[in-house]
Amino acid sequence: MDFFSDPVMLARVQFALTAAYHFFFVPLTIGLGLILAINETRYYRSRDEKDAAASRFWVKIFTATFAIGVATGITMEFSFGTNWADYSRFVGDIFGAPLAAEALLAFFLESVFLGILLFGRKTVSPKFYLVSAWLVWFGSCLSALWILIANSWMQTPAGAELAADGSKAVITDFLAAATNPSLLARYSHVVIALLIMGAFVAMAVSAWYLLKKRHTDFAMKTMRIGAVVGIMVSCVMIFTAHASAVVVAEEQPTKLAMMEGMYDDEVPPLYLFGWVDEENQEVITPFAIPGGTSFLATGTWDTEYQGLNSLSETEKYGALDPETAPVNFVFQTYHIMVAMYGLIMITAILAIVFTLRKGKIQNMKWLQRLVLISPVFPLIAIQTGWFTAEMGRQPWVVYPSTTGPDGVALATDQAASASVSAPELMITMLLFFLVYVFLIVAWARVMGRFIKEGPVVSAADSSEAAEAAGAGTGASGARQADVVPGFAPVDEPAVVKGGE
Amino acid sequence: MEMTFFNVLWFFLIFVLIGGYFVLDGFDLGAGVLYPFVAKNDHDKAVVRRSIGPVWDGNEVWLLTAGGALFAAFAPAYATTFSGFYLAVMLVLFGLIVRAVAVEFRGHDPQWGRAWDGCFFVGSLLPALLLGVAVGNIYAGIPMSEAGDYIGMPLLGLITPFTLLCGLLGLAMFMAAGASWLALKAPKPSDMQARAAKLRLPLQMAALVLFVVVSVYGHFGIQPAMDPALGALRWVFALVFVAGIVASVVLARKKESDLGAFLAQSVSAFSLVGLLAASMFPNLVVASADSIGPSITLMSAASSELSLMWMTIITCVGLPLVLVYHVIIYRTFRGRVKDDDLAHY
Repeated sequence: MDFFSDPVMLARVQFALTAAYHFFFVPLTIGLGLILAINETRYYRSRDEKDAAASRFWVKIFTATFAIGVATGITMEFSFGTNWADYSRFVGDIFGAPLAAEALLAFFLESVFLGILLFGRKTVSPKFYLVSAWLVWFGSCLSALWILIANSWMQTPAGAELAADGSKAVITDFLAAATNPSLLARYSHVVIALLIMGAFVAMAVSAWYLLKKRHTDFAMKTMRIGAVVGIMVSCVMIFTAHASAVVVAEEQPTKLAMMEGMYDDEVPPLYLFGWVDEENQEVITPFAIPGGTSFLATGTWDTEYQGLNSLSETEKYGALDPETAPVNFVFQTYHIMVAMYGLIMITAILAIVFTLRKGKIQNMKWLQRLVLISPVFPLIAIQTGWFTAEMGRQPWVVYPSTTGPDGVALATDQAASASVSAPELMITMLLFFLVYVFLIVAWARVMGRFIKEGPVVSAADSSEAAEAAGAGTGASGARQADVVPGFAPVDEPAVVKGGE
Repeated sequence: MEMTFFNVLWFFLIFVLIGGYFVLDGFDLGAGVLYPFVAKNDHDKAVVRRSIGPVWDGNEVWLLTAGGALFAAFAPAYATTFSGFYLAVMLVLFGLIVRAVAVEFRGHDPQWGRAWDGCFFVGSLLPALLLGVAVGNIYAGIPMSEAGDYIGMPLLGLITPFTLLCGLLGLAMFMAAGASWLALKAPKPSDMQARAAKLRLPLQMAALVLFVVVSVYGHFGIQPAMDPALGALRWVFALVFVAGIVASVVLARKKESDLGAFLAQSVSAFSLVGLLAASMFPNLVVASADSIGPSITLMSAASSELSLMWMTIITCVGLPLVLVYHVIIYRTFRGRVKDDDLAHY
């Protein structure tokens, strides 16, 4: 198969890359959205000028990141029609509704209250501003719910049947389709992962300031929020991860087999790491807990699962070819995700212990450095997790799950657009590459600028806070010293300095 | 399948969403196209961006909703148009992407100011021009396979004199809306406000002329099969379109009401989409003479009644909320942009 002339393969690569890119920004926005809302709540209660500075800092970071999330999200909605026309025709009766609902019920909510966050600080009341922050976060979680409804339905179809002419899936029970078997487990798994990401980014920003010995007050406050949220969601993660694994074991036998490198029927052991020798159909590893995966999935040590070879002989999974299935790929992404979770847990525990114990983390350089790089762990876990989910269900785009309705399944190579040729896909791939590299560089520049600038107390905040406290404005002048040389104390320097 | 209450309802709802998009994102795309021409310095530019800053994202959601609703209600039409107009849709997409980021980042990254200004302009121009070209194609007809896939030449096959005129009509309407918006929102008196206000009339006249040309060309040159039962409705929309523009001109000149001029322009824009809906009915994508497959109609493409019923329920919950959100955001940021607003957060 020639990679560059196969439109289906090109469309798959394009979807994978654009979705993975988009899902760099989604965790940041949904994760940081919670941190932002908590920050706003603190500021609302204290009306302290330093909390005002923290609030403005997170609003800047959040909204600039949100913008790229929004922009790269349009790609995803368009791509079903542009690159996956036959898929769209097959699933339109079911899959379109959650997308429309997402736009109608979540996007409008997010966008309007994001506008308030961005420009409304002086216009709306503090209470309304606070509510807006929570509504933006709520909207983004709601949007994730609708998209997970759509995605979970592709993994574990429900509430549908094959049309009489076999051309498409037709809905029979909307609520059953929406609450399909994997929805709850997968939605909670994803959202918790995103919150881990947000907490870790908040901690990393704090760690950076601690290392630089700047804004230490702000850094410790933020570290506390990040560490508390971080440990809570990291613990909850165990349950959602378990629930997701159980659903895979019950509903997606070929995915389970790929995750554990099972070619033959066996009681799946638990590997911490390993390498799937696809030619000889075996897992090479120095260490395995016999029956471990069986225990995690069912609670018993001796449940036998079908391997890829016998599954591919069944009518349902006949389209799967064990010889070409990406078994090692899925094995690796799955086990990397789990390993990252180990690092997440270690970091979360260290962070909470040494933050709460009289803020000892302030003097622990090594821990600050660890926390500084720690957002990489959830980032890799999230990305590899999605690759496990999406590669593990190949060769289907609508997966014939165990309890799924008969015939409601679609092979990935039947799903692409007939009217889009390989050269066209190559052209757009190049454009995506150029535009997305440009965006990530621009984003990194702006983030770097915000973080260098730090949570700056502005004169407006000082007077506002002072008014609220009923005192004079004496302190405001001294606070300006917090400003980094070379950076204007007021935001939006563009208006003053211009584009030259 | 035949016409039912739900599939006819959704045919028109799709156009209501498109109309909402054309009116709302219309003015901010138009403002983006006019950006290099009316904003002469960084202060002006900041005013333009600030005038659309709180609202452009919500406006754009109308497009996403229309796209999602088309997918949900008439999946074959969504699949055929998005894949058939592949490169054009991708250009619109890249436009929307760089534009969205430019609006947010321009103020944060003055060193890249010129690049962001370019992104904002080009990113606004591409959708403003190409959306009309796309509409021209579904109206005039495209060649499709039996399965409904576009079989003409990629991109170039979609550009004909007629579709290009449709694109220009759309562009003129976007720009007229943009000029009306900036005249309404820029500080008054200011040079930029005066420039925007002055641009309204020529842009509206251009739209009017293009409208007549497209209508005449469409009627005699393209000769699509239009539902005779909707003839009266088409006349109503056409007359409201013209009346809206005339009213906009009069309100701006005689009453000096920038708000009135903007609203009349918006009514006119919405009527244009109404006219399109009444002219298309019941087709969603017309098959050209050399097409193998038939036209995609609301009957052939509609999702099941059950699916459309649930969509209607979701809309009944969602649409009132959407209207409330819009009232909130437009009320919160009503009035002209003040210098004081430019330093946000």
